[in-house]
Amino acid sequence: MRRLINRRPDIATRFGLMLVPFVIVIIVYMVASEARLSVNPNDKLLPGWSSISAAVERMAFQPDQRTGNYLLWTDTISSLTRLGIGVAIATLIGGVFGILQGLIPYWRATFNSFTAVLSMIPPLALLPILFIALGLGELSKVALIAIGITPFLIRDLALRTAEIPHEEIIKAQTLGASTWQIILRVVVPQMLPRLIDGLRFSLGAAWLFLIAAEAIASDSGLGYRIFLMRRYLAMDVILPYVAWITFLAFALDLALRLFQRVAFPWMFRGRA
Amino acid sequence: MTQVTVENLWKVYGDQTVLENINFTAEPGSFISLVGPSGCGKSTFLRMMLGDESPSRGRILIDGVELEDEPSPDRGVVFQKYSVFPHLTALQNVMLGLEFGGSPFLARLRGKKRRAARAASLEMLQNVGLSQAAGKYPSELSGGMQQRLAIAQALVKKPKILLLDEPFGALDPGIRAEVHDIMLRLWREERMTIFMVTHDLSEAFKLGTRVIAFDRVRTRPEEAKAYGATVTFDLKVDGKSVPPAPAEPPLKAAAQ
Repeated sequence: MRRLINRRPDIATRFGLMLVPFVIVIIVYMVASEARLSVNPNDKLLPGWSSISAAVERMAFQPDQRTGNYLLWTDTISSLTRLGIGVAIATLIGGVFGILQGLIPYWRATFNSFTAVLSMIPPLALLPILFIALGLGELSKVALIAIGITPFLIRDLALRTAEIPHEEIIKAQTLGASTWQIILRVVVPQMLPRLIDGLRFSLGAAWLFLIAAEAIASDSGLGYRIFLMRRYLAMDVILPYVAWITFLAFALDLALRLFQRVAFPWMFRGRA
Repeated sequence: MTQVTVENLWKVYGDQTVLENINFTAEPGSFISLVGPSGCGKSTFLRMMLGDESPSRGRILIDGVELEDEPSPDRGVVFQKYSVFPHLTALQNVMLGLEFGGSPFLARLRGKKRRAARAASLEMLQNVGLSQAAGKYPSELSGGMQQRLAIAQALVKKPKILLLDEPFGALDPGIRAEVHDIMLRLWREERMTIFMVTHDLSEAFKLGTRVIAFDRVRTRPEEAKAYGATVTFDLKVDGKSVPPAPAEPPLKAAAQ
């Protein structure tokens, strides 16, 4: 018998094994749902497939009676808009400040401790302040997302920038580069893919802040909807919404990874 | 061609003396090999030549002028690793130096200037035998090709002095001999003054016109911190001409 650490599944087995936990979760849910519904057909906690698909049909493909909107899509658009703007602002600030903090000794001496302290503030604790200062509209939600992930992005990128081999920076100077030219041609191009990595790791937190902000004060959005539905114990809506949010998060991550492969081929070539 | 004078040079970190009382003059066009045991300060010396570190005492003069205390284009460098930029192709790596010089704000050239820089860079790549690899990224090149690329990248700026920090240390013996030949040819053509740090004595004597050894004279443990390494051997290599003579007659003469 070979050791367990030396035994590797082939492609077909890997694919099958990958599906196993998902299938188990679905089966456990179906069995439990069946059991509860057989005792009480009006049970709301674990709805069956028929009521879930009816809810999806109602939310996604029929106009809402009061507003005439297709709720799942309007919720998705308003949530993704908030997320997109918040994340874009954070990425821009994180990119600029992270590179400066990683590369320029005077900048690092001034701001290193400051960003370290900033990143320790729990962003959700700022939410009341944002609501008071910026009102209950879109601005405070976008601000929460941006404020929540910017310190992480700055610190992550500062570390990555500082990891650029000193030899490269010296070499650029012997080729006559100024500080600005080094930033433009040596540092930024190498840091963009790292920034995307940082962004991928902070997307989970960004979703958390988005849903928290929508839960407290909003009139649309995926987070708003699930917290609204909670009042009616409408698990048949909440469960597909959660699955949809998960899918969106997964798709965003995948899209960023694909973009990285296409846009920065030098990172992936020649790794035999 | 460029004369380098080192005057009473010391390097001290805290209470640790690394180098002490280094004095020598490198004749214009010479190829100086710096040898010595690990930790004797060869690389520290090279970093001071680069302007990456400043001397604690003494000074380094280039043609009689004290050198700038930060790296500049008159001193090219090739390190053992990380000498080329991983995000640029071989051609872009070589062109970069010309783009820095020709375009202060964007560091990118356009039109006629770009075509000229591209042609000069392709010629440089051809000089080191990398024409076929112009479009490849460094991660797609072998170790020997990466070092040849690093040499081409440094030489495109026509430095007066070329500094080599164990540039061939990680290469296989066969590849190393090949890169040695390229290095010697370029040294004769460009008429630079070269300083090379190496661990390999046969390489030091094969390439150098002069071999300088750094070592600690005082080796008792209680003296290790207070006394640094200094020049212990300084040998002219027989049969090498300084300034270097062309290896072959110029092409035009051969054609006639």
